[in-house]
Amino acid sequence: MQRIEEKLIILADAAKYDVSCSSSGSKRKNNGGIGDASSSGICHTYTEDGRCVSLLKILLTNYCIYDCAFCVSRKSNDVKRAAFTVDEVVDLTMNFYRRNYIEGLFLSSGIFKNADFTMERLLRIVKKLRLEENYNGYIHLKTIPGASDDLIREAGLYVDRMSINLELPTEKGLQLVAPEKDHDSVRKPLQFVNETIKEYKNERKIIKHTPSFVPAGQSTQMVIGATPENDFQIMSVADEFYKTYNLKRVYYSGYIPINNEHKALPQIGTRPPLIRENRLYQTDWLLRFYDFKLDEILDPNFNQLDLDIDPKLSWALRNPQLFPIDINTADYQMIIRIPGVGRGSALKIIKARKFGKLREYQVKKMGIAFNRARFFMRCEDTPYQMGYMAMPHVKAKILSEGNSKYKQLQAPNQLSLF
Amino acid sequence: MIYIFDGTYAGFLTAVFESFEFKQFNITPVTAVLHSNSLFEEETQIITDEDKFLRVKSGLEKRIGKNRATDFYRAFLSEDPKIWKISFRLIVEIFRGNTSILENFGDQDVLLFHQTLRKISRERHRMKAFVRFNKTSDGMFFALIEPDFNVLPLILPFFKNRYTDQSWLIYDVKRKYGCHYDTINIHEVVLDDFDQNKMQTSSIGIALDERDELFENLWKHYFKSTNIEARKNLKLHLQHVPKRYWKYLPEKK
Repeated sequence: MQRIEEKLIILADAAKYDVSCSSSGSKRKNNGGIGDASSSGICHTYTEDGRCVSLLKILLTNYCIYDCAFCVSRKSNDVKRAAFTVDEVVDLTMNFYRRNYIEGLFLSSGIFKNADFTMERLLRIVKKLRLEENYNGYIHLKTIPGASDDLIREAGLYVDRMSINLELPTEKGLQLVAPEKDHDSVRKPLQFVNETIKEYKNERKIIKHTPSFVPAGQSTQMVIGATPENDFQIMSVADEFYKTYNLKRVYYSGYIPINNEHKALPQIGTRPPLIRENRLYQTDWLLRFYDFKLDEILDPNFNQLDLDIDPKLSWALRNPQLFPIDINTADYQMIIRIPGVGRGSALKIIKARKFGKLREYQVKKMGIAFNRARFFMRCEDTPYQMGYMAMPHVKAKILSEGNSKYKQLQAPNQLSLF
Repeated sequence: MIYIFDGTYAGFLTAVFESFEFKQFNITPVTAVLHSNSLFEEETQIITDEDKFLRVKSGLEKRIGKNRATDFYRAFLSEDPKIWKISFRLIVEIFRGNTSILENFGDQDVLLFHQTLRKISRERHRMKAFVRFNKTSDGMFFALIEPDFNVLPLILPFFKNRYTDQSWLIYDVKRKYGCHYDTINIHEVVLDDFDQNKMQTSSIGIALDERDELFENLWKHYFKSTNIEARKNLKLHLQHVPKRYWKYLPEKK
């Protein structure tokens, strides 16, 4: 018998490559028992890699019948195996939750015996939490590919979010490292859950007491940098999945080499592509919150995001004819397109300018990155300039004056070429 | 003109009432503790009055809405005399009819007021996240905090809604008061130094639940195991979990 400490160490370690930590989007209320969902989500602590710890993220077991090359728990990998019992997971979750360590449970699993057997076991944990412990905190459950619709439908009634990972951005990439899997086995359950969510929402319009079904929606994850897809391919897939399955989030996870057995994958010692990952998230944000269309940021000819500058700045530099934008007259949609100006600052500008034309000293203090923004906007007292700006010059100036958090990271990589 | 009030929000709004009563509008509100006698300015002692407080409070709510009015309470909890003075000026402006003044982000006082609200809100959010309960042998959950601002009143509804079926106590060590929830009501508690020390050295002071240490250790194991060494980023880590909070976080102790 393994001790609970050992199991927790093994099964937390095996679950950590799933980067989703979000506990937002659900409004589950406490019905006199314990727990509720905070709709904005709460990060209870951060690990030394700077990632948020919101949920107790564990696998039920890391025994697995599959042998996917990118996965640390694959059958042929020589790692310690462990499995929790249903009661152990419930006990851990409740005791962590009651001490305010966590927002809830993120439960995934290796696939043992078969998909339904695994899904059924996960469902048992979830039901025990909700029905016996009277627990109303957040639950994120992995959909097991290949599990029956009945099991998925039942699970959806008890959890807040479900997710299922695409793993590799394209079918071709997946074939390379996980020949037993395909994207269809991901699309099918995503589609099923999405349709069931809609079904319950429609029913709720008619019958008020319809139970909630996956109220925080679905998410997925892609591994970045394991296979040779470019950023345009990656973001096209994300864009399509957002639209087709109404996903709440797509996560991009920089590949961390776990062994040297598979020659097609980056080998141990290769740095995870953290900057690239960050640029993809920035692009994702521009698409979802800044009303950008994918083809404005990436296209088949411009298919790789700049690493040295963020995608909004990159877009602005390629479109000098649109700038400078006069913040005293432009509408909100244009103001949020100014590099260095976020949605919060844009709202402040819109409200403040009703009281009089805004000058630079006022705008500077509203939380914008003035160093970047000043080349692209006009305030009341900005000196007038003739013609377009020379964008290569602007870029050089921003880079030389800026204090990018990546400056240090980039330098050694560049030097290593020589 | 200096108004000396008792440090409560009721006292603060009573001061607003008096300023209209006396038609004195250039006011610096301070507490007796913070105030050292001024040679050049006149001083008035404000006596907190529940009726006057409620009249100003509801007047403010009527003019700018309940949520916006509560912003002044939140900003008040910053315990910063500079913010008190700014808030005072803004409240006076609102009563004079300038009810949209809080949207004038071009005004440096208004901007500072909003920035303070942001700080308060961030600290409130942090306390929701960073409170760590220990369970005592008689089933009560207790936690110690030392927030930058006096945000305990702002997090009580959150903990009450979430931990409805368990009794808990959250104690602000810096401000020497706490709140205890007995599964029905919340009461304010003030501990003497002896009891406060007992809580801080819990191993000898308060008898803990027999499994409390087990779960605290499991949490530390979990915290370590869920970290990805190859992505180490201490700068980001410290940005999210500043050192001043570590004292009460078992995973960082």
